[in-house]
Amino acid sequence: MAKVKSLADLKKIKEELHAKMDLREKSNDPEAQVQIKVGMATCGIASGAKEVMEFLIEATAKRGISTIVTQTGCMGYCYAEPTIEVTIPGKEPVVFGDVDLKKADEVIEKYIKQGELVDGIIPVNYKTIDN
Amino acid sequence: MKDLSMHIMDIIQNSVRAEASLVELKIKESVKDDLFSIAIKDNGFGMSEEVLAKAIDPFFTTRTTRKVGLGLSLLKQNAEMTGGKMEISSKEGVGTELEAIFSHKHLDRPSLGDIAGTMVLLVGANPEMDFFYQHITDEGEYVFDTKEVKEVLDGMPVSDPNIMQYLKEMIKENLNTL
Repeated sequence: MAKVKSLADLKKIKEELHAKMDLREKSNDPEAQVQIKVGMATCGIASGAKEVMEFLIEATAKRGISTIVTQTGCMGYCYAEPTIEVTIPGKEPVVFGDVDLKKADEVIEKYIKQGELVDGIIPVNYKTIDN
Repeated sequence: MKDLSMHIMDIIQNSVRAEASLVELKIKESVKDDLFSIAIKDNGFGMSEEVLAKAIDPFFTTRTTRKVGLGLSLLKQNAEMTGGKMEISSKEGVGTELEAIFSHKHLDRPSLGDIAGTMVLLVGANPEMDFFYQHITDEGEYVFDTKEVKEVLDGMPVSDPNIMQYLKEMIKENLNTL
């Protein structure tokens, strides 16, 4: 990777970046991409959500999976942070809890790539004790 | 929180939630003056006087998903542990400003951590927002302004993983020179 120290350097490598850019991403159609939301409230960040998010962005890009990784607030599952919500095009969103780097890798390899369900799913009908 | 960059990410999530279009982060480090300050300003919804008065209370939150709001109180506690303080002001419809002041040399001051990674994640996850990050030390200053970056990229998305990697390296390289 060329060293980018300034905006002028960034300008110089723009063409290279353009070529590397994923074609599906350029199509700008979020509906056709896997969407991953990472819980980034205090509970998530303190539990390692930042590292998980960095891993998801890097790993999906390296493995050629067109993905939009964004942040969301607290989903209410503080006991199971870091949490991620994965939406595969055409499917209902699925929330995974206690996602460390190993679990994130498993979610990419098994759920996103092969559609297999993996351990750690937070049931959609989960309610807190108060509710 | 392991380091201050995580506090910054946490506090800026509030700006994201307040639908700010611009977030300004200013970090001042001065060994000479024994000062380490973090100032965050946004142009989001802002808070009413009533909400502002309770904002630092760990058992107050405007969220409905849980009953605690620890972000601000943890940062305040961290600042106070070093003999510093945290101040917050806000005006509804205008935005919110926060400043946390730490003693630079105090043993309990957490390290800044991976601020380049934090900034790039914020930029990548919120491409429609603008971020202005200024880092001032006794040796000089560095400014990272996403308006300038977007101008250079000329329509290419800042959320592209390759671009995010380059931006992270650029911030790191520049901070290393300070």
